Amino acid sequence: MTRIAIENPVEMYAVRLGDDALVLGHRLSEWSSNAPFLEEDLALSNVALDYIGRARMFYTYAGQLRNDGTTEDDYAYLRDCRDYYNLLIHELPRGDFAFSMARQYLVDVFNLAYLAELQQSRDESLAAIAGKAVKESTYHLRRSNDWIMRLGQGTRESLRRLQDAVVELWGFTPELFAMDALEIDLLAQGIAVDRAALRDSWDRQVRATLEAAGVTMPEPDWQVDGGRQGVHTEHLGHLLGELQFVQRAYPGLEW
Amino acid sequence: MSDSKAMTEAELIERFQSRIDDEQKIEPKDWMPEGYRKNLIRQISQHAHSEVIGMQPEGNWITRAPTLRRKAILLAKVQDEGGHGLYLYSAAETLGVSREELIAALQSGEAKYASIFNYPTLTWADIGAIGWLVDGAAIVNQVSLQRTSYGPYARGMVRICKEESFHQRQGYEIMLALSRGNEAQRAMAQDSINRFWWPSLMMFGPHDAESAHSGQSMKWKIKRQSNDELRQKFVDQTVKQVEVLDMTLPDPDLKWNEGRGHYDFGEIDWEEFKRSMSGGGPCSRQRVAHHVKAHEEGAWVREALRAYQKKQKSQADKAAA
Repeated sequence: MTRIAIENPVEMYAVRLGDDALVLGHRLSEWSSNAPFLEEDLALSNVALDYIGRARMFYTYAGQLRNDGTTEDDYAYLRDCRDYYNLLIHELPRGDFAFSMARQYLVDVFNLAYLAELQQSRDESLAAIAGKAVKESTYHLRRSNDWIMRLGQGTRESLRRLQDAVVELWGFTPELFAMDALEIDLLAQGIAVDRAALRDSWDRQVRATLEAAGVTMPEPDWQVDGGRQGVHTEHLGHLLGELQFVQRAYPGLEW
Repeated sequence: MSDSKAMTEAELIERFQSRIDDEQKIEPKDWMPEGYRKNLIRQISQHAHSEVIGMQPEGNWITRAPTLRRKAILLAKVQDEGGHGLYLYSAAETLGVSREELIAALQSGEAKYASIFNYPTLTWADIGAIGWLVDGAAIVNQVSLQRTSYGPYARGMVRICKEESFHQRQGYEIMLALSRGNEAQRAMAQDSINRFWWPSLMMFGPHDAESAHSGQSMKWKIKRQSNDELRQKFVDQTVKQVEVLDMTLPDPDLKWNEGRGHYDFGEIDWEEFKRSMSGGGPCSRQRVAHHVKAHEEGAWVREALRAYQKKQKSQADKAAA
């Protein structure tokens, strides 16, 4: 199999955003038939569907930029771990319900601000995808924000689980705001979003909510990154092993 | 019981039956015989549990679906099944039983669900076969139930049927793609048909003569057509679809009967059916254990939600005072 080499920076940007969406969508989809009650099972599937839909739009656009017939499925199914560029927070295993909800909340606050900015992109296709996604994220945040309050102010156990989740996730959040040469360059062209600029307001909002919920904010004394360079946690390889199984076992067929 | 009370009861039953005979829908607040209520709770909850347990074998392939499009469709489909479970639990609740009681009966094995979901989904083709055959069989049954005598159940069925026909199409579309694929894909599809055909026929339940609840259910119009009638209808429609796939059904006795105007088909292995219905299917223990595990793992979440709502309410009460 030939590797999908990505040279066009806009294609790479779209693939990065697609990877973030697909990998998180995969984790969310793992809740199907595993949620605490049926209504929540359906709601988590809804959010998963939004993310998978988002991934498909970003990949499809990336393929159009290549103009060589590369499809959404080629990006999703035919790249190995080192050629996946999602931010690490998205690939962490779903954990318990508090972990999944805490991650979702942290990511939802980020995504809502990010997508609002991406709507202003000079790249019309990216702006259009963001326009659709921002509506979904508004709803996602309303949900995850509610859950943070319920878990924080529910029982001692739910607060403890929420607290543990925030501690485990915290070191993965700085990567959300890390700009690299590619995105700095695309920012200068009016295409990419300045992630670094979103940090202060994200930080204020997240702290205010988590503290109101009763969470003690962790000290920012560790951080892990590397997703944009394809240096992942060990979890991603297993996720891809599952995601790509059929395409790898029966290559080159129509399904 | 006094004579006058007995008379009243008899009159109520008579009036009830004449409403049924007159094709009127029975609504939650209407008087109904205890047997009618029990029979409905049994049937609706069994139907609800089937939807919910059915999420497992299909959900088994969400993370492994072969394309993003198939993944999105499957995820949406499994979500729909959960939604059907919800409508049906709500319909059952109108008869005075709580969701907790219904779930407890499922987990204890007291309540049944469709035995088909006790078979494993081993390949991607199984997702096609389930959508096509299992949802296909379910639709035949559910179309008939749109005319069931209990209002909330009938209305639930109308909604559910609309979505199920989309599910069946997606299943058949998977099979069609495989049938046009290479040798490995065709073999995968045929193997799946071979494994799911007989269990699909079992979905209609025992022969009419053997069916414990059928006679009374037909009289009360909870059921509108008999198990054997519905099964025949399903066989007749499916044979043609198999021909389009250029595949076969695993039944040497299957043949067109000109005189009857229907296909004849072989006898179901009723021992296997009984085994599967009473918890002895290949995945029976796994399915219930999975439901119990998810439910137990979620107990602290439900508890937190209740505690939070209670706190919110007491704060609101204080503010109002």
